[in-house]
Amino acid sequence: MNDVGLTLVLCAPITAAVLLAAIKPYRIAALVNIAASLLAFAAASTLFWSAPADNDILFVDGFNIYLIALNTFVGLTTSIFSATYISHELETGCLTPVHLRFYHAMFQLMMGAMSLALASNNIGLMWVGIEVATLTTVLMVGIYRTHEAIEAAWKYFILGSVGISLAFFGTILIYLVAQPVIGEGLTAMSWTSLIASAAQLEPHLLSLAFAFLLIGYGTKVGLVPLHAWLPDAHAEGPTPVSAVLSGLLLNVALYAILRFKMILAANPNTLSPGPALAVMGLVSLLFASFMLYRRRDIKRLFAYSSIEHMGIITFAFGLGGPIANFAGLLHMTMHSLTKSAIFYAVGHVTQAKGTQKLDNICGLSETHPALAWGLGLGVVAIAGLPPFGVFASEFLITTTTFAREPLLAILFAAGLLLAFGALLMRLQGVLFGAPTAHSSPLKASLVPLFAHLALVLWAGISLPQPLVEWFQRVAELLG
Amino acid sequence: MFASGYDVTHFLSGLMLLVSFMLLYQDRMFPILNVFAFQALVLALAVAWQAFIQDAPHLYITAGMALVMKAGVIPRALRRIVRKLGIHRDIETVVSVGMTLIAAVLLTLLAILVVVPLTGTRAAETREDLAFSLAIVLLGLLMMIMRRNAISQIVGFMSMENGLILAATAAKGMPLVVEISVAFSVLIAFFVFGVFVFRIRERFDTIDVNVLDKYRGERK
Repeated sequence: MNDVGLTLVLCAPITAAVLLAAIKPYRIAALVNIAASLLAFAAASTLFWSAPADNDILFVDGFNIYLIALNTFVGLTTSIFSATYISHELETGCLTPVHLRFYHAMFQLMMGAMSLALASNNIGLMWVGIEVATLTTVLMVGIYRTHEAIEAAWKYFILGSVGISLAFFGTILIYLVAQPVIGEGLTAMSWTSLIASAAQLEPHLLSLAFAFLLIGYGTKVGLVPLHAWLPDAHAEGPTPVSAVLSGLLLNVALYAILRFKMILAANPNTLSPGPALAVMGLVSLLFASFMLYRRRDIKRLFAYSSIEHMGIITFAFGLGGPIANFAGLLHMTMHSLTKSAIFYAVGHVTQAKGTQKLDNICGLSETHPALAWGLGLGVVAIAGLPPFGVFASEFLITTTTFAREPLLAILFAAGLLLAFGALLMRLQGVLFGAPTAHSSPLKASLVPLFAHLALVLWAGISLPQPLVEWFQRVAELLG
Repeated sequence: MFASGYDVTHFLSGLMLLVSFMLLYQDRMFPILNVFAFQALVLALAVAWQAFIQDAPHLYITAGMALVMKAGVIPRALRRIVRKLGIHRDIETVVSVGMTLIAAVLLTLLAILVVVPLTGTRAAETREDLAFSLAIVLLGLLMMIMRRNAISQIVGFMSMENGLILAATAAKGMPLVVEISVAFSVLIAFFVFGVFVFRIRERFDTIDVNVLDKYRGERK
């Protein structure tokens, strides 16, 4: 039994957060940040060999183990990216050393809270994890203290709190449903016992609870029409925060919705959750695809692209069935890796060009060739071109939708094509054209960026067999 | 006055809902804070009563937290901020008070119509508490939407949390971890809000959220 591994996944970030709040020299702080993330990732990898015993508080199963590993991995690469990004921010005076200590502590606290949300076997504890992760990101989004950053953080905070409150009401309803069947106390809130006795739960109240949970956690996923906080929060905060927001936090909120969907799926008399998810996903996809055309800010552009991709994933899970679920899981992974890679590139680009305005970022291929390759490949991957992994999952979703719901498939494909056009149009302007006057040389590590792209490419060319079997198992669980 | 324990539960949660309505038509800062403190006091009583009838002593902690933090420390701190900023003047609401109250009545009806039929098999106290608390949550949301002032939005949010705690305690035997976490999250929430209020003040010399809207990144 591997209780040590799981404990380490949760405790390493929290201990590091306390340490980082006290460490003054930023180089050492950045190294500690990387070391803690590495430790969490290594501990998460050991979970594959032997999973810890389930209890009423924490558990690890086929579904969350893969998200824990993915989260800690992206956390690790982001901490490496963050080290170079932050030193530039210090040099230009955007951040003071005090802010930096605060930033590092919050970063680790957020990683710990997300792991807690993923590994908890208790719906209340999961709620606490997501809440803490939200609050820490709010603080990080507002860290630049510009007008825009405060406005973005305020909006994120208000919408996030409303969402999280509604989710809590849903959580209470779930407990009320479970209490007569399972009995009072902790077991009535644990996933394992909820799933086991799902069929005996009262269907109407369960459906009502799911409605609250879908709207509540859906706000955090960024589903239209609850997405208003997302572009602002991505655009105004430090770029490493945008990377983890897009790559990780949205996934964690979606994970919560999927867990509750599993309970509903195991009960034959409830409202079917599929159509609600599919409609919200499709609307998000179409809305975000149109919005992509009018963006003038490079981080906002990719924030809308995140809404689009969360829409695709939600749509896939809403459609259900082994193939769509498989594609949804694959897309969750691919989007997480690709989008964080893109934000690493965008972070370096905005620092090199000194602006986030798309109109002022031109001719990147002449001034920073390596970075241009990274950004270009990332955008090609996220737009869904082969041979990258995103193509594989989008292709699977499209074909299975055409086989089952041709009308929806037309809308879905239209959304994909619209987004594709918008992204490539923007990419052309950024990469080619006459270089703008302002452009500074770059001191940056491009390793995290290309490591992510290599993984996405590998998954697109040949998805490793163990991963395939494993996605298939989880896809069955999801129903 | 109270023939049975059920009457007390009913009275306290009904009173909380009534106070939520009172919050909606206050149009100056100090009365808003006073009314909110009163709601928190009623919440503390309601939670303590639940602790008594459910024989669940840990709920007294939640009641104590509501009493000390939400009825005492937080309103006092907010009052100090209001005085420091000199914003005792009237609050403008988005639509008229009449319209707000009509919307509030409709939301309360909605909450009762949704919750009561679906919880048919439960004890009457649980059903009513749940319906009342959903109504309080919705009214808190309404207040956050209708008000443009950062401090009234904070109060709306905290009144929402009051409704949530009422619901959590009415659900018999809900584990302690959740209640403490809720109280704790309110604390954190207040901390965050406080930081924001000060930062907003630092930058704008006002806490009117309308002014912030001008600084939306997209409109530069």
